Amino acid sequence: MPFIPHTEDDVQAMLAAIGADSIEALFDEIPAELLAKGLPNVPPGMSEMAVSRLLHQRAAQDGMPLCFIGAGAYEHHIPAAVWELASRGEFYSAYTPYQAEASQGTLQVLYEYQTMIASLTGMDASNASLYDGASGLAEAVLMAVRANRKSKSRRVLMPTTVHPIYRKVVRAIVKNQGIELVELDYSGSGNIEPEYLKRYEGEDYAALVIPQPNFFGVLEEVDALTDWAHANNALAIGLVNPTAMAVLTPPGQWGGKGADIAVGEGQPLGTPLSSGGPYFGFIACKQEHIRQMPGRIIGRTVDLDGKVGYTLTLQAREQHIRRAKATSNICSNQGLMVTAATIYMALVGAEGLVRVAHACHANTRALVERLTQIDCVEQVFSSPYFHEVVLRINQPAAEVLRALAAQDILGGYDLSADYPELGSAILVCATETRSEDDIGRYAQHLERILSRRKDGPICTKLRPKEGTI
Amino acid sequence: MSNVPAELKYTKTHEWVRAESDGTVTIGITEHAQDLLGDMVFVELPEVGRVLKSDQDCAVVESVKAASDVYAPIAGEVVGANDVLADSPELVNKEPYGDGWLFRMKPANAADLAGLLDAAGYAAVVAEDSH
Repeated sequence: MPFIPHTEDDVQAMLAAIGADSIEALFDEIPAELLAKGLPNVPPGMSEMAVSRLLHQRAAQDGMPLCFIGAGAYEHHIPAAVWELASRGEFYSAYTPYQAEASQGTLQVLYEYQTMIASLTGMDASNASLYDGASGLAEAVLMAVRANRKSKSRRVLMPTTVHPIYRKVVRAIVKNQGIELVELDYSGSGNIEPEYLKRYEGEDYAALVIPQPNFFGVLEEVDALTDWAHANNALAIGLVNPTAMAVLTPPGQWGGKGADIAVGEGQPLGTPLSSGGPYFGFIACKQEHIRQMPGRIIGRTVDLDGKVGYTLTLQAREQHIRRAKATSNICSNQGLMVTAATIYMALVGAEGLVRVAHACHANTRALVERLTQIDCVEQVFSSPYFHEVVLRINQPAAEVLRALAAQDILGGYDLSADYPELGSAILVCATETRSEDDIGRYAQHLERILSRRKDGPICTKLRPKEGTI
Repeated sequence: MSNVPAELKYTKTHEWVRAESDGTVTIGITEHAQDLLGDMVFVELPEVGRVLKSDQDCAVVESVKAASDVYAPIAGEVVGANDVLADSPELVNKEPYGDGWLFRMKPANAADLAGLLDAAGYAAVVAEDSH
């Protein structure tokens, strides 16, 4: 539906038809003292040229540093066709296009998206997306508490290997609904040891959150954890990275029965980093829980003539049908990001996504091998990992990262605030976009920065090769 | 003219109640109700063991048109639920008084049954509804 503003003649014709003198006259029942008289504290508007210049200056402040940070948002190559298509007006400016009568095209894209996500996560059904991974995890927790009729405790087990910001967001969202998050400590291998769960056996928990990979990039023992959850009448929520799902076992195949809910951040699929957003959250579940899933769900059906059509379905979950019993307050989705993600997945294909994942893993391994050649840099966990690794350095992480940033390198995510027990540790990531030269540049600068400290220990030379002095 | 079996008791909210020989009662929704709601797609039943007050919403019948609450006709404890409806919700439409029953209760007070509408009383409710 195009937007064509009214001409002055249109306005006059309409006013004449209803017998009004002016548009202002239509508001004359509002007392004069309540009428807003301009916005005195807002400066006058700028011209388009001036605004454009201002925003270009602001955008340039980000620079284009070499990025080795993951920690929940990942720089991947987005094929040009993705945004070429997603920027078309029909997709780009469509506002909440959920009416079957007017939006068959966008509804079909959402249906395709749902199919791809369900397939990627090994689940039976997906919704049309949530706002982001963190709020998605909160929705998954709320959903599990509703869906688990055997559990009355409203307590959910939350590993500390889940992204610290995700845990804060979930706590903020669920605490006023009387849901308690019980934190699980990780072991020396950087993940949750299934043995450690013995202390929670026999107690009532609605769900166990299982990240894969976890915030440290380490792989969790998803089969053992899922089976433990089910043996203890808790639902299993898989919090997963979508690129990783191309090469790791998806939640639908975890343990004996598969996880109950899969959730995560969809940004890696075709959404640029954009200084933090917009991103989108995906959520998928087993068929038996579908009526507890929040958000929009698009279904495929046939019309009166037997032709295939797409429509919102299972709307009794939503607040426009039943307000008091709605599964969530969300009544929208991240349509534009999801359109880009669907085009990305279609272009890259299942096979291409596997290659992206392998390239990410290979580059992270190369990064870790190169950096740990520097004597004061050590890999903290020796467990299997995917595309992210924790490194410990012998100087305060914040200072080293600042020095690297001065060289236009974002060296990693500083873990010392959220995980002080790890000491001076950073989380580093190399996706398929990092080349051998990039890694070499990072290593050279890091080695130089670490060796600059005069009062530091004498361990700042590259370890000499085997066979040399 | 919808079917209103004479031997059952009824509520204004379109539930029917049948007293069983073992002192429990079986509860469902009337033919009039299923006709208004349309084709059933899903039924949410109360858990066995749940204790209900009279008029408390305890089940949901979801049709293609709407999702409707079902209310406990009297106070008591849920002793059974018609699990067959999970796979065949259409039984509520086809046999509202028979295989489409919803749940069974043990009344808190057997005397409460007397306070329910009889067939004639409910027929009057249906007649008003149709105007």
